[in-house]
Amino acid sequence: MFPSSFAYHRPASVEEAVALIGANPDAKVLAGGHSLIPAMKLRLAMPEALIDLNRIDALRGISVNGEVTIGAMTTYAQLLDDAGLGGRFTVIHDAADHVGDVQVRARGTLGGSIAHADPASDFTAVILALGARVTAIGPEGERTIEADDLFVDLFTTALRPDELLTRITIPAVAGTVVTAYAKHAHPASGYPVVGIAAMLTMEGSTVSAARIAVTGATSKATRLTAAETALTGQAADAAVIDRAAAAAEGLEINGDAYASEEYRRHLVSVLTGRVIRQAIARAT
Amino acid sequence: MTERGDGVEGMPDPVTKQLTTLRVNGETHTVAAEPHHTLLEVLREELGLTGTKHGCELGECGACTVLVDGVPLLSCLTLPAQVRGMEVTTVEGLADGPRLHPLQTAFAEEGAAQCGYCTPGMLMAAKALLDANPQPTLEDMQQAIAGNLCRCTGYTAIYEAIAKAASGGGAGAQPLRRTGAGRASASHT
Repeated sequence: MFPSSFAYHRPASVEEAVALIGANPDAKVLAGGHSLIPAMKLRLAMPEALIDLNRIDALRGISVNGEVTIGAMTTYAQLLDDAGLGGRFTVIHDAADHVGDVQVRARGTLGGSIAHADPASDFTAVILALGARVTAIGPEGERTIEADDLFVDLFTTALRPDELLTRITIPAVAGTVVTAYAKHAHPASGYPVVGIAAMLTMEGSTVSAARIAVTGATSKATRLTAAETALTGQAADAAVIDRAAAAAEGLEINGDAYASEEYRRHLVSVLTGRVIRQAIARAT
Repeated sequence: MTERGDGVEGMPDPVTKQLTTLRVNGETHTVAAEPHHTLLEVLREELGLTGTKHGCELGECGACTVLVDGVPLLSCLTLPAQVRGMEVTTVEGLADGPRLHPLQTAFAEEGAAQCGYCTPGMLMAAKALLDANPQPTLEDMQQAIAGNLCRCTGYTAIYEAIAKAASGGGAGAQPLRRTGAGRASASHT
């Protein structure tokens, strides 16, 4: 089984890639290829051309300097190997460790996952919880998009067709900040049936700020604002955490043959409570 | 360059084979291959290396696993142009002449195959594990072959074979024990 035929381009720079995207409106950008190539084999996608980013070194790498900048072509394996992503970025290791298998983590990229916006991607929820922003470059130059504005719908982002996602930036946050990610994985595919990511700012035992996001259950990764509100300004005792976990239930949730809407709703609640407890345990 | 779109309506587009130079099992090959064929097809059809298997062909089963610069990758989702200048190792590259790789010997001795279709991918994933981590725990092994599916027989014999190869193989190798106990006993012998 192979894809329908395509012209193959392998630009050496971001500028060259942007020019190729502009000149080939029916092209697809190839990152790790672990979602795109299967889609092409199944004829869900039949691009006229592929623009392979794998030789653009400027799109790879992680720099930690107060804020964290991650090149779009950085693989899950590179995220896992980076010792600088401890502390409040532990959520990145939590999630990367659960993506696919060794072979997938060796090729799959953070930028590819985010731009693809699979409703069951692990990292869409993670970058929402971290309050990240992405940088995109197009013919008119660079712009940044907040994660909160990035995910529009199923497989749809705010990126324009002529734009290339180049990096993900996680801003510095003051104070004691803790994060965690947990998921209920589909037993065959490993994709999250429900995944929850959280970032909490702690003042003693009080949660002074909370960002919590869900993936897998909804048509796009979504902030659990009711759960955030239930936590913020509260001493995080068992009753408050239970209330936040219950607040997570007010969502439009999808069901499928493996997990009904009701079951997913239950999982959202259970995992939200679990992730809050995990994150808080990391503050001590 | 590939041309597209100037074929007759309803007929497949004409595709020109492209020359690609690949390093496979220590040898350099220049092959003419259709650019939309994956590394899996090029290995099997252009180079005759049929040890690497077609499984699901969608990145789920791991039967097509090869090593690229020592890292296990899915050849069914990799384009040959993406591995230019890199060292590809297939199951045919495991043995040293007539001498089988210790993993191959251990898989045979432990009966770690039933139909054998997943075995080349298992061997390559296991080789990458042992190259990076010569004394893996059971959990390390479970992680390393999590992306390689065996539909015949389960995984216990496969873990036992990997553990045997890790311990130097040969007769008398200790059967696999669960993580804690296995490590403790190994450290006392």
